Amino acid sequence: MQLTNRSKQVSNKEMTFSERMYLPAIAGGLRVTFSHMFKKSATVQYPEQVREHSAVFRGQHVLKRDAEGRENCTACGLCAVACPAEAITIVAEERKKGEEHLYREEKYAAVYDINMLRCIFCGLCEEACPKDAIYLTDRIVTSNYERADFIFHKEDLVEAVALEGRIDITKRKKDK
Amino acid sequence: MILLSILLFKTGLAFTLFLITLGIAAYSTYFERKVAAFMQDRVGPNRAGPLGLLQPIADGVKMIFKEEHRPTGSNRILFILGPSIAMLTALMTTAVVPWGKTITIGGTAYSLQVADINVGILYVFGVVSLGVYGILIGGWSSNNKYSLLGAVRASSQMISYELAMGLSIIPIILGSSSLQLSDIVTSQYEVWNIFKYPLGFLIFLICAFAETNRTPFDLPECETELVGGYHTEYTSMKLGFFLFSEYVNMFASSAVISTLFFGGYHFPGMSLFPEGIAAILGIAVLFGKIIFFIFFFMWIRWTIPRFRYDQLMHLGWQVLMPMAILLIVIYGAIFSFI
Ligand code: SF4
Ligand code: SF4
Repeated sequence: MQLTNRSKQVSNKEMTFSERMYLPAIAGGLRVTFSHMFKKSATVQYPEQVREHSAVFRGQHVLKRDAEGRENCTACGLCAVACPAEAITIVAEERKKGEEHLYREEKYAAVYDINMLRCIFCGLCEEACPKDAIYLTDRIVTSNYERADFIFHKEDLVEAVALEGRIDITKRKKDK
Repeated sequence: MILLSILLFKTGLAFTLFLITLGIAAYSTYFERKVAAFMQDRVGPNRAGPLGLLQPIADGVKMIFKEEHRPTGSNRILFILGPSIAMLTALMTTAVVPWGKTITIGGTAYSLQVADINVGILYVFGVVSLGVYGILIGGWSSNNKYSLLGAVRASSQMISYELAMGLSIIPIILGSSSLQLSDIVTSQYEVWNIFKYPLGFLIFLICAFAETNRTPFDLPECETELVGGYHTEYTSMKLGFFLFSEYVNMFASSAVISTLFFGGYHFPGMSLFPEGIAAILGIAVLFGKIIFFIFFFMWIRWTIPRFRYDQLMHLGWQVLMPMAILLIVIYGAIFSFI
């Protein structure tokens, strides 16, 4: 099967004298490299210039809140079960009286950790979640010096209450 | 009085040359990275200063402040001597290159050449071959088998190519009947040597690549086989000296190539200009040629892959050497019949 029209038939026939001189081939090579001097560079100047991710990009997770600012997650543990890398740790707690404005269901996650070193960004947690609580976003998990810093706790994952701090996941929601 | 002023002039010239060599070598490192980037459709260093122009300075500062390390069991004196010799010999070559026409100021003729010795070209070869010591001593004194192997490999390569290099310029010496570089340059007033000895030039050029340890002959450093090569154990500025001497060598050999084959400071239509202006233009032209060759070194580097060691030896001894000897015979015959 031919994938491009640039493939060349290889053979191990003896080289002719002019081929063994190598110089024409070298000149050809020099011509190719020189022509590249004037081509547009493919570099993206990263910190200043960020390349747009595709709609299906799966980056760092977010734990969503509902319209009233309550956490969606009910600590059912389905995401942790679905996770093939076993990256998610959840400790559930019961919602007390007067906490209704914080948590949407009677049960909530007191601890919600994702080990970003284990996570393979497969997105199965997002698929498993029945409460629309966890989504993968277009944010990139930042680098760190310590392994411990890669365990993202709830405060790193839950989005802000304020509307402007919310994270847009509409691109990922489309097919649901 | 005249002697004193000439002495002063020579000292000044030597010092200027020293600074120019270092400056060009420093900026070759930057230039190399830029050329590499452009040839690979990248951008290259652009963070330090405008267009990344301060990059060599940043590199230098980094090199100086890196931790010094000397492996146990290494020979203290020789370990320091290695890079020093490499650097020293690299810097010495350019002393005999004529940088321009003799200029006359106030009735005194000042030649733009630090030392116009009558065995000029032999001096170049002598100094260049001393550079082998730097590498061999450096590799040996590191007390590391890989360094030693790298050094042996590097020095045998340099010695092998030195022979063909020396032979390839004998036709030029026959033609200008002088070993003096200033004579060789003036003999090219009408026709550059490249047109008279194209094959000799080719041999010389290939050998120059091998001598400066540039790709495709950069076998001395080889991460896959020898960890790093002869400078595996070197750190900080001592490593910097080794790497930097490569760039100085590149500048020096570009200068020698331009002088031997490309008419030095001559350029077509030189006689149309008045004496003084022609002299100054000549210097600029020579530097233009040198910069072109430095670029050519880099251009080749990003085009041709590295040789295998046996191929390298084969090329040196079985192709270039016989070819150079044949050239001597041919040109010898030609010169003796006319
Ligand atoms: S993206 Fe996949 S691996 Fe990562 S936490 Fe979710 S389910 Fe686990
Ligand atoms: S994120 Fe979703 S699946 Fe995971 S525990 Fe919370 S509600 Fe359950």
